Amino acid sequence: MSKAGWIRTLLLVGAVGALELACRTGAIAPTMVTAPSKMVTTLIKTLQSDEIGMHLRHTLSAVAIAMSIAIVGGFVIGFVLNWVPFLRRAFSPFLAAYYAIPHFAFYPLLIVIFGLGPVPLIVLATLFAMVAMILATMAGLDRVPRVLLKTARIHRLSLIEEIWRVRLPAAAPHILSGLKLAVAYSFIGVIAGEFILSTSGIGHEIAFAYDNFDNPRMYALILFVLGIVTLFNMAVFAWERRMLRRRGA
Amino acid sequence: MSGGMLTLRAWRDPILVAISLVALWQVLHEIAGDSAVTAPAPTLAHLWEMIGQARFLPHLRETSLAFLQALAIACGGGVLIGVVLGGHKLTGEVAEPILVALYSVPKITLYPVILLLFGLGMPAKVAFGALHGIIPVVLFTMNAVRNVNRTYLRAGRAMRLTPAQTGWYVLVPATLPEIFSGLRIGFSLTLLGTMLGELFASQRGLGFLLMTAIDLHDVKTILSIAVLISIFAIAANAALLAIDKHLHRGAAPEVSGKP
Amino acid sequence: MIAGAPRLAAVGDEAAYKIHARLEGVTRVYPPRAGHAEVHALGPISFDLRAGEFFSVVGPSGCGKSTLLDVLAGLAVPSAGTVEFEGKPVHGEVPDGVGVVFQEDASFPWLTVEDNVAFGLRRAGVDAAESKRRVDFAVAFMGLRDFSRAYPSQLSGGMRQRVCIARTLVMQPRLILLDEPFGALDQQTRLLMGDELLRLWRETSATVLLITHALDEANLLSDRIGVMSARPGRFLDIVETGWPRDRDSRLAERADFGAVTSRLWSYLRGESLRALGQGTAAR
Ligand SMILES: Nc1ncnc2c1ncn2[C@@H]1O[C@H](COP(=O)(O)OP(=O)(O)OP(=O)(O)O)[C@@H](O)[C@H]1O
Ligand SMILES: [Mg+2]
Repeated sequence: MSKAGWIRTLLLVGAVGALELACRTGAIAPTMVTAPSKMVTTLIKTLQSDEIGMHLRHTLSAVAIAMSIAIVGGFVIGFVLNWVPFLRRAFSPFLAAYYAIPHFAFYPLLIVIFGLGPVPLIVLATLFAMVAMILATMAGLDRVPRVLLKTARIHRLSLIEEIWRVRLPAAAPHILSGLKLAVAYSFIGVIAGEFILSTSGIGHEIAFAYDNFDNPRMYALILFVLGIVTLFNMAVFAWERRMLRRRGA
Repeated sequence: MSGGMLTLRAWRDPILVAISLVALWQVLHEIAGDSAVTAPAPTLAHLWEMIGQARFLPHLRETSLAFLQALAIACGGGVLIGVVLGGHKLTGEVAEPILVALYSVPKITLYPVILLLFGLGMPAKVAFGALHGIIPVVLFTMNAVRNVNRTYLRAGRAMRLTPAQTGWYVLVPATLPEIFSGLRIGFSLTLLGTMLGELFASQRGLGFLLMTAIDLHDVKTILSIAVLISIFAIAANAALLAIDKHLHRGAAPEVSGKP
Repeated sequence: MIAGAPRLAAVGDEAAYKIHARLEGVTRVYPPRAGHAEVHALGPISFDLRAGEFFSVVGPSGCGKSTLLDVLAGLAVPSAGTVEFEGKPVHGEVPDGVGVVFQEDASFPWLTVEDNVAFGLRRAGVDAAESKRRVDFAVAFMGLRDFSRAYPSQLSGGMRQRVCIARTLVMQPRLILLDEPFGALDQQTRLLMGDELLRLWRETSATVLLITHALDEANLLSDRIGVMSARPGRFLDIVETGWPRDRDSRLAERADFGAVTSRLWSYLRGESLRALGQGTAAR
C-alpha cells in the first residue's frame, strides 16, 4: 500500500476508534449516535433475521433491473444519437440540462402513475442512471481518433468489423466510466426512492427504524448499505482499472 | 452572418426543447389520463394560481433559504477544502478516494444521522444540501489546483511577481474555469440534496408540499411543483453553462488525435 | 509481384515504364465549416506514379501533402479529377494492395505490439502459421522484438510509429504510402531506418510514396522527388535524382548529392516563406 493509503487507513481506524470512545464515555449521547461496536453487533443480529433478506432482495433486484436497462439502453441510445446527426442535434439540449433537474421531485408523480411498489423505483433509478451511460457512450465515440478510423478503412474492414474492432475498443474507456456511474446511480435512485416512500427495501427499513426511534437498528442498516454499495462500486472500479491498465490509461 | 441570425440560433435550441417537452407532456397526458398526468395548460394555470397564493410563499421561502445557505456552504467550503487538498499533495491523495466513494453512495441513508445531529428543520436541510453539493466542488477545485502548469509559476517567478500577484494573475485565471465547472455541478447537486431532504420528515417547503399532495392524490399540484423546480434548475443551469463556456473559451480544443 | 493490370506508358515517353497509379487534374477543397471559409487544400495536380519507383513529396507545412495521400489511398474523394490505381479508378474506396503509414500515431492502444502488427493479417484471413512468420519478421525488422508483448502506451512515439510501419509491411502492399513515418525519430535512427526502407523496397519491388520534411532524406531515398508549392499544393517540379537502385545513406558523400538538395531548397525557400506569410496574413 502507498503512504497515502496507510495514512487513510489509519485515519479511518482512528475516527472509528474516537467515535467508539466518545460513545462509551457518554460524550455523545446514544440518542444521537450509537457506538460502532454496537452497530456491528446489531447488524449481525439483524442479518440473522430472514425478514431483512426479503428487503435486501427487493432492493438488489430493483437495482439490478434498473442497472441493466440503463446500461444496455444507454449504450444503444448513445450509439444511435452519435450515428444520426439529426437526432443528436435534437436531443443534445435535453442531455445537457438533464442532470440539473432534481429527479426526485418527480418521484411522487411516478408513485401516482405506477402505484407504490418496485416499478416507480425502477423507473426513477433507470431515468437517473441511463443518461450518464448515454453521455459517456457519445463522448467515447466522439473521441475515437480519426486516424484509427482511417486505419480501419485501409484494412478494408466492413462496417460491423470497424465498429467491433476499432470504434468500440477505442471508445471503451469512456463507456466503462459511464458504466461505473450507471451502477452507482442505480443504487442511489432505488435506495433514495425506498427511503422517501416505499413499503419495502433496505432504504425503507432505515427510514422505518428512524421513525420508530430504533437507533441501533438504523445505524446498523446505514452501515450495511454504505458498506455494500461501496464494496460494489469498488469492485466495478477495480474491474474498470484492470480492463484499462495495460493501455496505460 | 448578421447579429440577428446569431441570436436566433442561440435561442432556437432552448425554444425547441421547451416546445418538445410540453408536447411530450401532452402526449403522456393523452396516454395516462387525468388521474395520472394532468394536461400542460391547466397545470401551468394551477401553478400560476398557486404562486399567487399567500400560503404558498412561506414554503417557497423555506426551500429557497435552505438552498441558498446550502449553496453558500458547498461553494465556499468546497473551494477552500479543494484548494488545500490540491495544494498539499499528500493530503489530497489521502482524501480523494474517500471523496470519490462518498460521491457514489446513496447519501440519503445519512439523512437520519443529520436529522439526529441537527434536529428537524432548516439546519438539517441545509446540511444535507451542502453535503451533496460540496463533493464535486472539492474534487474539481482540487484537480484544478493540482494541474496548474508548474511552468506558469516558474514564468511568474521569472517575471518577479509577488506571491499576491502570482495568485491573482496566474493561479486564479489558471484554475477558475475548472473550479467554475465544479460549482455548476455543485449547484445542481445542492438543489437535488435540498429537495431530497424536504421529501423526508419535513414540515415546510416545496418538498413537504409535494409529499402532502401525494396523500391527497393531487396530481396537478405535484406536477406544478416539479415543473417549477425543473424550470428553475434548467434556467439556472443554462446561465451557468453559458458562463462556463465563456471561461473555457481559451482552453485547448478537444484533442481528436493522440499526441 | 505487381498484380492487376499496370498499363504501359504512352508511346513517346523517354523511358518505357509501367504506371502504377495516376492522378489527373485532382483537386481537394474542404467544405466550409462553422466560422471557417472553405479551404482549397490541393491541386489541380496531375502525375503518374511509376511501378516500382521510390517517389518522395516535399513541400511547406500545410500545403496539402497529407491530403494528397488521402486522395491517392481512396480515403478522401477528390473534389475534381480522377485517381487510378493499377488501371482501375479509385473513388472513396481503398483498393486492395495499398498500405498506408499515417502521420499521426495510429497504433491501437488496446492491442499488444504483436496483435497490432497482426491486425490486418487476421482480418484478411491469412492462416496462423504464415501470419506468425510475417509478424515475427516485421517486429524484428523494426527492432521491436523485446517489446512484442508490450502495449503502445509503454512505447515511445518513435517506437509506436515503427509498430504502424510493421503493421503495414506485413500486408505486403504493392503501393506503400508513408506520411512522415520518421518524424518522431532522432537523426541517426532516421538514417538507419531509411537504409532499411531502401533495402525493403529493393527486395519487394513495391512502389513507395514518401512524404517528408527532410530534404536530405527525400534526396537520399528517392528516384524522383515532387516539390510542392504552398497551399493549394501543386507540383512545382518533379526532380529526377538518377541514383542507382542499389544505394544507401553513404550516397550523401557523393559530390553531386549536395546539388540536388540545393535545387530542392531553392524551390522551397520561396514557397515556405509564402506559406508562412499566408499564416501571418490570416491572423
Ligand atoms: N479535415 C479537414 N478539414 C478542413 N481543412 C483541412 C482538413 N484537413 C486538412 N485541412 C487543411 O488543408 C490544408 C492541407 O492540409 P494537409 O494536412 O494536407 O497539409 P500537410 O501538407 O500534410 O501539412 P503538414 O506538413 O503540416 O503535415 C491545410 O491548410 C489544412 O488546414
Ligand atoms: Mg501532413
